[in-house]
Amino acid sequence: MEILRQAGLVLRKDLLLEWRRRDSLLTMFFFGALLLFVFHFSFDIEPDRVAAMTPALLWLSFLFTGTLGLTQIFQPERENHCLDALLISPLDRGAFFLAKSGFNLLLMMVVEIVVIPLFWILFNLPSWNLLPQLFLVNLLGTMGFCVLGTIMSAITLRARARELLLPLVLFPLMIPVILATIRCMESIMRVGAIGDASPWLRLLIGFDVIFLTVGVLIFDWVIES
Amino acid sequence: MAAQAPVKKKRKGILGTLALVAILIGLYWSLIAAPPDAYQGEVQRIMYLHLPSILTAYLSYFLVFIGSGMYLWKREKRDDILAHSAAEIGVLFTALTIIEGSIWGRTTWGVWWTWDARLTLTAILLLIYVGYLMLRSLIEDEDRAAVAGAVLGIIGFLDIPLIHMSVYWWRTLHQPPSILRPDKAPWENVHPTMLTALVISFIGFLLLYFYLLSLRYGLGETRAQIRARRLEQES
Repeated sequence: MEILRQAGLVLRKDLLLEWRRRDSLLTMFFFGALLLFVFHFSFDIEPDRVAAMTPALLWLSFLFTGTLGLTQIFQPERENHCLDALLISPLDRGAFFLAKSGFNLLLMMVVEIVVIPLFWILFNLPSWNLLPQLFLVNLLGTMGFCVLGTIMSAITLRARARELLLPLVLFPLMIPVILATIRCMESIMRVGAIGDASPWLRLLIGFDVIFLTVGVLIFDWVIES
Repeated sequence: MAAQAPVKKKRKGILGTLALVAILIGLYWSLIAAPPDAYQGEVQRIMYLHLPSILTAYLSYFLVFIGSGMYLWKREKRDDILAHSAAEIGVLFTALTIIEGSIWGRTTWGVWWTWDARLTLTAILLLIYVGYLMLRSLIEDEDRAAVAGAVLGIIGFLDIPLIHMSVYWWRTLHQPPSILRPDKAPWENVHPTMLTALVISFIGFLLLYFYLLSLRYGLGETRAQIRARRLEQES
């Protein structure tokens, strides 16, 4: 429980910073919305193809906005040697990891809460009743993304061209999450329930659990002053 | 140190010669002794290179995982050199597998590339470990690069089963395994000479792999020594 309390403290600090500056949230939100416009100009979605196209397009935009957020995630710690100070303090590194991935998850969820309905409006989709279910599946997918993304963001922290490097190492590892989330969403869009896609849902949950555990255990070594 | 060097060099030379001999024998068995495939004809002979090279690549990624884990745990430079060397050679063998598979696919399926599960998985493996090499080359500080690489080496390996599962559910078109089948023992469903050819090829590839690994490992050691000397001189 101590680890959760510490994670809560760091998370609170990050949320407070974000609330005062609103850097990441605003850029991520506008980038997400901008992508929807770009998609709309690039594709004409016909009504019978909506179930097949929507999940993929939505996830592409989340993937890009999420990566944008991840490259910034350790920014507050980079300034004024704050990372060193945090590491000197008796803070559990696992808690630090939980806080950082939690922070990114919250940011992305806020973006998704706005972008998904916006997608429905822009593409004239009628199926508003499916949104809560879609949102839940997205939560699981986003969690996997944030967990693994936080680890990758931490190891690329000191690299040259890290903004370019991060998606390069992260995206291949994310393939199970991308496939599973899109398949679950497709099934929801088609039949209104997870239905046949339940193995995908289990895979998604498995991925989240595995890498959340690995992250907490490994972060001790990942982050060094 | 200086007295050990010639011994090591000699051992490497023996390993290299053995690899060459085994590969030549393997080529004889797979190109001349083994019969052509009943359905695919001569082109199926690519299998004698295809299967050993992907198995060697998998072995390589397993070594990356072991080396990475050991490095994070004990912080010994040699484990990191092992992981880095294995990753480089693994990328080489994965790329070879894809090229051979592509040539084979063109003649049997009619396309250079198809989004079949096993092809996709191999391509993703290549991307992950190319990412690993890029990550290492983009971090200046050697020790940090080693830690970052070790983390990616562990996570990448743990992710492989999940990627495997997801890509398989996604689609599969590749011919089902013909050698390692669950319902029959290997010697019951293929011609014995084919199996012999495959085993010899595999041994040849393994020897070649360890030969390359020992060369690359030696290179890594030399680099580490040069770096240490330089640090000594500067201080």
